[in-house]
Amino acid sequence: MQKVGSEANSVKPPHWVNAEITFRCPLHCVYCYNPVDYTRSGPELTTDEWLRVLRQAREVGAVQLGISGGEPLMRDDLEIMIAEARRMGYFTTLLTSGVGLTEKRIAAFKEGGLDAIQLSFQDSTRELNDFLSSTRTFELKSKVAKLVKQYDYPMVLNVVLHRLNIDHIQAILDMAEAMGVEQLELANTQYYAWAMLNRDQLLPTREQLRRAEEITNQFRARVGNKIKAYFVVPDYYETRPKACMFGWGSVFLNVAADGVALPCHEARMLPGLTFPNVREHDVRWIWYESAGFNAYRGDAWMNEPCRSCPEKSKDFGGCRCQAYMLTGDATNTDPVCDLSPNHHLITDVVEKAQSPEQPVKVHPIVFRDDKNSRKLSEPNRPETAPAG
Amino acid sequence: MNERRIAPDAVCVLERQYRFQWEPAQESFVLLYPEGMIKLPGSSGEIMKRVDGATTVADIVRSLEQAFPGVDLRQDVLDFLEVAYAKGWIRSK
Repeated sequence: MQKVGSEANSVKPPHWVNAEITFRCPLHCVYCYNPVDYTRSGPELTTDEWLRVLRQAREVGAVQLGISGGEPLMRDDLEIMIAEARRMGYFTTLLTSGVGLTEKRIAAFKEGGLDAIQLSFQDSTRELNDFLSSTRTFELKSKVAKLVKQYDYPMVLNVVLHRLNIDHIQAILDMAEAMGVEQLELANTQYYAWAMLNRDQLLPTREQLRRAEEITNQFRARVGNKIKAYFVVPDYYETRPKACMFGWGSVFLNVAADGVALPCHEARMLPGLTFPNVREHDVRWIWYESAGFNAYRGDAWMNEPCRSCPEKSKDFGGCRCQAYMLTGDATNTDPVCDLSPNHHLITDVVEKAQSPEQPVKVHPIVFRDDKNSRKLSEPNRPETAPAG
Repeated sequence: MNERRIAPDAVCVLERQYRFQWEPAQESFVLLYPEGMIKLPGSSGEIMKRVDGATTVADIVRSLEQAFPGVDLRQDVLDFLEVAYAKGWIRSK
């Protein structure tokens, strides 16, 4: 199994595999966490390659499988992957916008043994301010929600909140109730990839957050246990960092559409690290032996104040990608932490966000689409290794 | 004693968001649910294995006492099922 004398001795097997089976997506969400240069990633793994990866990960000990993207429904072999994953013993969750989820497909997923569906509400039109009143969107969502219930899936609705939609919180809650969802995740945008490009436009004010939480609490009090509503505050408003991925290379294995294996969705951005491709290495080697997965395991890599901090085993110093994006050094403390000497990098942005004006003047909002991605792939982004 | 919600003639079934299976990497029975896993080591796994939507609680006790002779398991079974019920893993049919 694990090699004696290597760091692998203390490394537990991966628990959760996230298969980003495609970067193709019919939507153009301004907060998408896919890499901004996704258009230069290599060809998608084939069906057989995916099945091989899933089998290897299962043999190493993974049990939870998330199938996401892009929009996973863009692949017509999704039915095969779901059925095979069930045979391997995975608990499989499909993370989808619902766009393209027909009754025929959902019936086939059920037949194949899909365990859960997480439906996300997206901005399907460029008219962000109108997105909640878009009849087309609401009807599509209602139809998909009805199908999810008809096929007896527990219904999780995920809504990404940001400055431009958070004031619609009451309408979002009412919609969730009308759809009959059992669980509602009100997830404030995390600032990576496309969301980072649009941070000025997306970061809500303190007052917006306060009001949204208050309305959510009133909703909770009224509906009781009928709907479990989670409200995730953006970490920019916290003073301690999130325990990102429960620690680097600890439980989470992300496999991107082109086969690059990553300890989180965003790690590809980090300079000086190469991440293995499942086309060239097996999952066991990737998880236990590869330099990329071992880079930030344990705490030997930590700088102060993390290194001597009693909380380091709780939050692992926060997020490596956030530390890199904001301070230029991935081994620094996540500046969300108010013990970080760089915490002002967070508070400056937060203070700037308190202006009630919409900061669209700064630069236009960037939609996640192929054209923008190609533009963002071109010059001076040397930190992102070209794929393939 | 607290009021028992699980009677000996009750038939219990897993709530639909949970799946029960043997997990070789954990060397344990587990309950799987969206984004999570609960380990059910030892007797808890053996009890849950028998929660199938058809077997009564009394029959679960009998089946376990056959598998592990010489041990009075009635209280263990009731206690575990109470916990499983309170945690929302199972419901009474």
